[in-house]
Amino acid sequence: MPRLSSLAIPAAIFGLAGMALADSHVSDEVAGAVNVRQSHMSIYAFNLGPLAGMARGRMDYDAEVASAAATNLAGIAALDQDRYWVEGSSHDDLEESEALAAIWDDPTGFGERKIALQVATADLAAVAGNGLEYLQAAMGPVGQSCGGCHEDYRLSDN
Amino acid sequence: MRRLIIALAVLGLLAALALFVTRPRDVSANAFASLTPDVENGAQVYAAAGCASCHLPPDVPEGPLAGGQAFETDFGTFYAPNISMDPEHGIGDWTDLQLASAIVQGTSPEGAHYYPAFPYVAYRNADLQDVTDLIAHLRTLPASDTPSRNHDVGFPYSIRAALGGWKLVFGQPGWVIETQDAEIARGRYLVEALGHCGECHTERAALGGLKTDQWLAGAPLPVGDGRVPNITPAVLDWSAIEIEDYLASGFTPEFDSAGGEMAAVIRNSTSKLTNEDRQAIAAYLKAVPGVE
Repeated sequence: MPRLSSLAIPAAIFGLAGMALADSHVSDEVAGAVNVRQSHMSIYAFNLGPLAGMARGRMDYDAEVASAAATNLAGIAALDQDRYWVEGSSHDDLEESEALAAIWDDPTGFGERKIALQVATADLAAVAGNGLEYLQAAMGPVGQSCGGCHEDYRLSDN
Repeated sequence: MRRLIIALAVLGLLAALALFVTRPRDVSANAFASLTPDVENGAQVYAAAGCASCHLPPDVPEGPLAGGQAFETDFGTFYAPNISMDPEHGIGDWTDLQLASAIVQGTSPEGAHYYPAFPYVAYRNADLQDVTDLIAHLRTLPASDTPSRNHDVGFPYSIRAALGGWKLVFGQPGWVIETQDAEIARGRYLVEALGHCGECHTERAALGGLKTDQWLAGAPLPVGDGRVPNITPAVLDWSAIEIEDYLASGFTPEFDSAGGEMAAVIRNSTSKLTNEDRQAIAAYLKAVPGVE
């Protein structure tokens, strides 16, 4: 069972549903890439939680928590992603993938979006611990960056 | 022969009567003349009405409303026109009354019907004061000399006069849901009139009219895979606060981020509203009938 065991490792690490991909007729490389991409996104979400909550006044500002979460965001935004975006892993290739073919049709535009997120999250990490108003100001570009990429490169369903 | 002539004459008269009944209308000059524009409110109306999301050029997040975005539909491809202040290629030389007639009646300065890709059916429910303020705000925006592109619409939809009949059937003013609550009514105004949310979030019948019994229950994307989501309480189980935060920041309760056309709607419209208006939208969305 080489396919199942190779899926089990990332699924166990990230606690995500690798099962959905187990039935797909895709290569281990593609299945692994889609899994790790979606896991990567869930780490953004986990760290955005307290930052967005504080920015909207839904939870009390805590400089340490804000700084740590923003540093995590910037850290994973800076990871090299070349092996994530393998050919044949768009939504056209497998239903579980929400990545649009536009990613591969327009690598320059997609690359610019990645850099925009790196810049916005680095800016946020630099100031998130300095006070709520700094956090709020720096969260705007981060949100714009998320939305800007999802606007063109992610399947529309929410 | 004589019978045929009479029949043709009757048909001709009926056609003329139909064209007269469905002719393009203008806004009443009297209703409009007494209003004084408030440019500051106009900026809020501009955000709420979402003009930029369609009239900015493709992939340009700010600048003049030079148009050019393509909207593929079952009836053809519509191209958003230049509505910047350029007197030749935009709307700079239109009178306030001409602009108001375009926005709320779907009537061009030449007296032709606009296609309902332009959401005048929703804007019909807008307050004339807000329309006046919006026009004053549009006049403060920069000009672009990019020419508008002609729509690519085949026969029979290319006959604009027929749109008069369409407007008569599908374009009557009025609200989809009833409410006595002031906050929900404000949300209704923002969703049903200015925000024209139903244009994407509600499925259309064969001739393009919105299925109001499926109000905001989602629709297939006009092109490609994916759906515009159902945002009635039957499916959207977010709290009012979660809806409000999503409209402000683009982040869902799971801290995913809005994509597709909604990313532009949040950037250009809902993030620029007041918290009170976002709360009103959330209250409205909690009050609409749930449709599975």
